[in-house]
Amino acid sequence: MSNASSARKPPRVGDQPLFRRLLIGIVLVVGALLILAPLIVIGVEAFSEGWRVYASTLADPDTRHAIFLTVVTALIAVPINTVFGIAAAWAITKFDFPGRRFLLVVIEIPFSISPIVAGVAYLFVYGLQGFFGPLLEVYDIKILFALPGIILASMFVTAPFVARELIPLMQAQGRDLEESATSLGASGWRTFFSVTLPNIKWALLYGVVLCNARVMGEFGAVSVVSGNIRGQTNTLPLHIELLYHDYQAAGAFASASILAVIAVFTIIAKVALERQGAGRVRRPALSTPAVPAVEPKP
Amino acid sequence: MRRNVLPGLSLSLGVTLFYVGLIVVLPLAALIIKAASLGPVDYWSIISSSRAVASYRVTVLSALGATAFNLVFGLALAWVLTRYRFPGWRLIDAMVDLPFALPTAVAGISLTALFANNGWFGSVLSEFGIKVAYTPLGIMVAMCFTSLPFIVRTVQPVLEDLDPALEEAAQSLGGSDWTIFRKVIFPLLTPALLAGLSLSFARSLGEFGAIIFIAGNQPMSTEITALLVFIRLEEYDYQAAAAIASVLLITAFVMLAVTNLLQARALRYTARS
Repeated sequence: MSNASSARKPPRVGDQPLFRRLLIGIVLVVGALLILAPLIVIGVEAFSEGWRVYASTLADPDTRHAIFLTVVTALIAVPINTVFGIAAAWAITKFDFPGRRFLLVVIEIPFSISPIVAGVAYLFVYGLQGFFGPLLEVYDIKILFALPGIILASMFVTAPFVARELIPLMQAQGRDLEESATSLGASGWRTFFSVTLPNIKWALLYGVVLCNARVMGEFGAVSVVSGNIRGQTNTLPLHIELLYHDYQAAGAFASASILAVIAVFTIIAKVALERQGAGRVRRPALSTPAVPAVEPKP
Repeated sequence: MRRNVLPGLSLSLGVTLFYVGLIVVLPLAALIIKAASLGPVDYWSIISSSRAVASYRVTVLSALGATAFNLVFGLALAWVLTRYRFPGWRLIDAMVDLPFALPTAVAGISLTALFANNGWFGSVLSEFGIKVAYTPLGIMVAMCFTSLPFIVRTVQPVLEDLDPALEEAAQSLGGSDWTIFRKVIFPLLTPALLAGLSLSFARSLGEFGAIIFIAGNQPMSTEITALLVFIRLEEYDYQAAAAIASVLLITAFVMLAVTNLLQARALRYTARS
């Protein structure tokens, strides 16, 4: 922002006071209507029938079970996804092997696929009409319409989340530090924990936070594979839908308020992590050739 | 090629391939195989049924409308957030990510509450005879909300990195602001804008949770394709569900290819300038 304080320079394009105020005004109004209002209305509707209805919704066994199921899903899916993200980033950025770019594209696929398509795809693997369905039936293993299905679907939709934060950063950091460490005799794990991890911790945490938010909020994919059994396979987002269609709007919004609070905390964490430098190193696409994050200045 | 001394290739690549294979590739392959097992005649008759075609139409048209809105508003928002400093800009900047952080089902019920006839916005709009909830307009509003961050977040870094010298040169040549924006700034933003547009459009095509609450879900008019897949599943018509889902999947692959192409171009463009 070196030009901001200099009075001699002509104003930049779009800096005329009238235009500036007009544009800020329009953006603030539309932003408030489109982004802020939906957040506020959740709180208003949640308490529309008073504190007592709000508290009783949250104390309801079905709601509590939905919260429990959502937390359990996140506690299982997010760590597994994190390990995968680290492994993928290590393999892709520390080694050269044929098909690296293709692997990057495949990892990003879930990001562009409708959650409904993901859910349907899982039916054709683990459902009765799917690949493993008959086999699972014989051994009486329940994957669909049970917790494993919910976790698998959540892992599908969030598969790229950690990897896509780590890969550009680790690509930019190069391999020199790790190569020095191993040539000095450090083991692979030691190298990872003492050399790599300290350099990627904020980006890793950033990916984990975003991954967690998506797992807790996933609706489409989970609604296909969960079977919506009240008090059994309803996660919090599905529980919201159930209450809403049951004409218990206040209850639906009360449950939604929990997820809204998590969303706000996710954003606060995101901003805090960005101040630590996370989320900054970005390549426009994972599948395009890497460019150094800091362009060499002539 | 330099000999690589780092350990862990087989472990990390093994974990990656196993996970990607099991979690991503296997299910998608299963879906494609299921859809392919239908045979061309049955497949075509399912995906070209009038109800399916109506669902494609409303999905694509709403996604186009939402993307057009986001193009204008997203660009304005990115511009304001990079060029102007005013009280609260950091808050606005953070709030741009809300549509990514807020679960789609939550967004769906809250937008419905706002735009229903007795809602804050719906009651005002109905005075003018505009109905949003339970009409295609509602689908568009939901898509606008969920895909808003894409354009802002792809254009913002390019605007931040824009060299002020380019504008100064154009100003010293006597260009008006509007001319400079049109002839100098906008062309530099175009690659990022296109990439953001394709991401935003792809997201709108696949969106489900935010839309089904506000859409009304009437076959032939306000039923999106993702919902039609869901309905076929509930009717235990797995073949139809597989066929229509495969249309969404193929569209997603095409959009992915387009996005990657545009982003590769955007990258070359920024690398050159």
